[in-house]
Amino acid sequence: MNITKNTEAERMNFWERMYIPEIARGLGLTLNQVFKPKFTRQYPEEVWEPEGSYRGRPVLVKDETGERCVACGLCSRVCPALAIEVHASETEKDKERYPVKFEINMLRCIFCGFCEEVCPEEAIVMSKDYHLVFQSQEEAILGKDKLEVPIAKLQDRLEFLRQYR
Amino acid sequence: MSELVWILIETLIKAVFILTMIMLAAATLVYFERRISALIQNRYGPNRVGPFGLLQPFADVFKLFLKEDLVPKAANKRFHRIAPIISLGVTIAVFSVIPLANYFTIGTGDTARKIYFGIAPNVNIGFLFILAMTSVGVYGITLAGWSSNNKYSLLGGLRSSAQMISYELSMGLSVIGVLLVSNYFTTSQNDSWTNALSLNTIVLNQSGWKWNIIFQPLGFLIFLVSAFAETNRAPFDLPEAEPELVGGFNTEYSGMKFGMFFLAEYGNMATSAALITLLFLGGWQLPFPAGWLGLTEGSIWLALAQFSSFLLKIILIAIFFIWVRWTVPRFRYDQLMNLGWKVMLPLALLNIVITGIVLMIIS
Repeated sequence: MNITKNTEAERMNFWERMYIPEIARGLGLTLNQVFKPKFTRQYPEEVWEPEGSYRGRPVLVKDETGERCVACGLCSRVCPALAIEVHASETEKDKERYPVKFEINMLRCIFCGFCEEVCPEEAIVMSKDYHLVFQSQEEAILGKDKLEVPIAKLQDRLEFLRQYR
Repeated sequence: MSELVWILIETLIKAVFILTMIMLAAATLVYFERRISALIQNRYGPNRVGPFGLLQPFADVFKLFLKEDLVPKAANKRFHRIAPIISLGVTIAVFSVIPLANYFTIGTGDTARKIYFGIAPNVNIGFLFILAMTSVGVYGITLAGWSSNNKYSLLGGLRSSAQMISYELSMGLSVIGVLLVSNYFTTSQNDSWTNALSLNTIVLNQSGWKWNIIFQPLGFLIFLVSAFAETNRAPFDLPEAEPELVGGFNTEYSGMKFGMFFLAEYGNMATSAALITLLFLGGWQLPFPAGWLGLTEGSIWLALAQFSSFLLKIILIAIFFIWVRWTVPRFRYDQLMNLGWKVMLPLALLNIVITGIVLMIIS
């Protein structure tokens, strides 16, 4: 028989059973916590700046010659959520094709980044924008005017893509 | 006749003042609770509404006002409605016998009037009234639990009544020591026994650093622990133990009825802090002689100074209440009852015996 008794009386010594000193120690511990640094980010004032690897709202790249998109429709094809709609047309410029209509439904978008991966022209990339607020369903469908972003603002992401892909 | 009108007006003004003060105190305590708990848990707590988030409790109460007031179909409607009123009413009623400061005089000569800070601080059943009122307070919670017709509410209500009755005993007994000491130090011999229970007398007898905490450390400890149990606060918050009982006795309450329980809980905390201050920490006595401020007894400025000293003591005790809540885990039910009946009650009786013997030897 090797059964050891393990009662409350045996586990604790006299002062521990008196409660009061132990409670005082606990109070000291919690008092210590009060003066420790806080980790909460005060959001609207203190905005988090993501890294280049962050997949935010997908945008169309606009460089010095204008939009890069040639309206091949691959992004629309690969999109698992069917969020992208592209209508192509012809121009007199070098690239000959451009999208007349390019719409992303942000209520459908799942931020998977497949569109960016499949794009042969590096024309659609994921931005760092995560402040997405819409007040109606129509407002959530972003047209070309809202999607096109100058290339200077997307350097982090483009660098990340060149390095890791 | 005109004397009666005067008294009525005076009482009305005092009542409005005290009512406002309790509501403000409850709001402030809610704010303190949320900020201190946040600080202890390495968070910031509410800091958006108003400067430092000070208006947060008012925003909360405003929200509760706008909420729908649901009454369960199977509930006993009448008692369901009365329960929160009893809870809050009792909390406020207790404050009528609490002296907030010494008297001040208005007018001079024959027309001078002594005005006491507090509705009836000199009533000679002072402490009995408080014990009676806290006993009635049990009804509020028990009725809430029973009338909701919900098993969790009922369990919470039953736990609360058992707990409050058990701890009321040691609470009442621990005060007897205070009364003995207070009577020993009594300054006016002629009314020593008739006025011994009046709270103002107890405070007056603690003047000049003769605070009862020095002479009654054991009594203080017992009263403190019983006060935790009486206010249903952690570590004795079994009536509203969230993990076991959903919300406890107030599970089926919503809207402003819930708000009244909420205010009553924090009002109770203020009342308990006030009682601890009155009985053990010298009440409204300043921690230094009044002469240092260059004020004489009876001036309104001295009364205000005493009032702020009283408030400061209450706030410190209340902060201690909150601090303990976020430190000590909840007791198990059998531990609670063991502590109440097997530890607190014998200790309280021992305290009376020791105090009695010591006082007999000295005098």
